[in-house]
Amino acid sequence: MINFQYVRAADVADAVRRMAADPTAKFIAGGTNLIDLMKEDVERPSRLIDISRLPLRTVEQAPGGGVWIGALVPNSDLAYHPLVTQRYPLLASAILAGASAQLRNMASTGGNLLQRTRCYYFYDITTPCNKRAPGTGCSAIKGINRIHAILGTSEACIATHPSDMCVALAALDAKVHVTGPMGERTIPLSEFHRLPGDTPQLDTNLRQNEIVTAVELPAQGFTSNYTYLKLRDRLSYAFALVSIAAALELEGRTIKKARLALGGVAHKPWRDPAAEAALRGQVANRATFTHAADVLLREAKGYEHNSFKIELARRGIVRALTQAAQGTPQPQSKKEIL
Amino acid sequence: MPRTSKRQASNNDVIPVPGKIAMTLTVNGVEKQLKVAPWTTLLDALRDHLDLTGTKKGCDHGQCGACTVLVDGRRINSCLTFAVMQDGTKVTTIEGLAANGELHALQQAFIDHDAFQCGYCTPGQICSAAGLIAEGRAKSVDEIRELMSGNICRCGAYPNIVAAIQEAMGQS
Repeated sequence: MINFQYVRAADVADAVRRMAADPTAKFIAGGTNLIDLMKEDVERPSRLIDISRLPLRTVEQAPGGGVWIGALVPNSDLAYHPLVTQRYPLLASAILAGASAQLRNMASTGGNLLQRTRCYYFYDITTPCNKRAPGTGCSAIKGINRIHAILGTSEACIATHPSDMCVALAALDAKVHVTGPMGERTIPLSEFHRLPGDTPQLDTNLRQNEIVTAVELPAQGFTSNYTYLKLRDRLSYAFALVSIAAALELEGRTIKKARLALGGVAHKPWRDPAAEAALRGQVANRATFTHAADVLLREAKGYEHNSFKIELARRGIVRALTQAAQGTPQPQSKKEIL
Repeated sequence: MPRTSKRQASNNDVIPVPGKIAMTLTVNGVEKQLKVAPWTTLLDALRDHLDLTGTKKGCDHGQCGACTVLVDGRRINSCLTFAVMQDGTKVTTIEGLAANGELHALQQAFIDHDAFQCGYCTPGQICSAAGLIAEGRAKSVDEIRELMSGNICRCGAYPNIVAAIQEAMGQS
C-alpha cells in the first residue's frame, strides 16, 4: 500500500470541495472494497476523504410514495429495515444474498454501487488489464474467463459488475441522487453503470468530484410476486455466476408488468426491454418464461471457460420467473433451489 | 556532491510521509490512546500497537473472518477498516468476552462441543457468533450457517461450531 493522507469531511459540500482540490483523492465509507484494492496496489489514492460520518444514514418515506435511502446506510441495516422488508422484499433478499454478515455491517449503500469488478486480472497488477491500466490489453478474453461476462462485452473488457444489491435496484427502477460542484442531479440506476466499450476504466457515469448521496426507490415494490435467485460456486459468501431478480404484477394468470434483471453476466446489472415486453400481456407459464429467456440471451456470447453461463442463465430465468409467479421467493438461508 | 543534489531532487517527487494520527479506542472497556499511521488497519492496531494478539490475521482481505471483532456492538472484519476511521468507538475482542473470571457462554460452548481443531479461526468465530446472537436474526440451523458464512474454518469444524452457537444462543 502506498502512503496517503487521511482527512475527514465535515459535510457533503466539504467532501465535494476536497475531492475537487485533489484529483488523485478517493472517498472512503465502508472501505470493504477500496482497502482491499489498496492492499493489492490496484487503487493508489494520494488522499482518503473519510465520508463515513456524514449524516446520510436514514431510510425514510419519500414524497411520491417511494423510499429514500441515505448513501451511508449499511447494507445490513438496509436489508433488515422494516420499510424494505415490507415494501421491497426483493431488495432485502438480494442484499442478504451478497457478502457476509460482517461485510454487510460495514459496506454502505453508495459503496455497493461503486464496488469494482472481481476479475482476477484486474486484481493482479502483474497482468495487462484495460480497466486498471487503459491500453495494456485484456488478459481475460483469452485467459481464465469462467466468471466473466456473456452480454454487452467489448474487445477491451469482459469483466462483470459484482453487486447483488444493484441487480435488485435495477429491477425496481431505482434512482441515484448525486451531488457535485455544479449541484445535484439524479441518474436512473439503469444508466448509472456503463458497458465497457473502449473505456472499460469507467465503471459508472458518476463524474469526477461527484458524490452519491442517496438511492430512491419508486412506490411499486412487487411484494407479492418476486424472487432473487443467485447461482454460485459455493452456497454462501461467493459472487454470482448468474443471478436473477424477477418481479411480476399479475392479473389472474396474465402478466401485467414484468421486471427482469441479471447479475454476473455483464459489466452492469442487465435489463432488457425486449425480454420484459415478451412477458407483458402473456400467460405466466413455462412457455412464456422460456421465450423471454431466449429473447434476453439472443446476443449472449460465451468465451472459452464461461459458455456454460448461457444455459445457466436460461434455466435460471425460467426458474426465477416460476418462483415469482408462484409467489414462492427463494429464501437466502435455505440452500435447496425452489 | 552530485549525489546529494540528486537525492534532494528526487525527494521533491515523493509524496511526503504523513504523520501519525492521535486517536482513542475503548478496547474491552479500557480507553486507549494511540498514534497510528493512516494506513494502519484496526487489526494491526489491535495486534501490533495494543498487543491484543487474540484477534487473528488470516487472509487480510475480508475473505476468512479470522479478524472479526465487535465495533460498537456490531461484528466487522478488522482487516478492512483503517484504525483512524474507528476513532472514538468501542471495540470488543476475544480478550474482552470473559468476565469476572468466567468464560463467556460461547467460549464454554466451543470447549464443550469441541468446536475447533487448530484454533486459528476460533477468536473470529466466537466474536462473530457474539454479533450473530446480538443481532437476533438467526433462529434455525440453516440461518446460523448462512449468517456465519463469513467465518471460514479450514479444519472443517462447522457441525460442532453450529452446535456450540445453538447452545449458547439458547442460554442468552
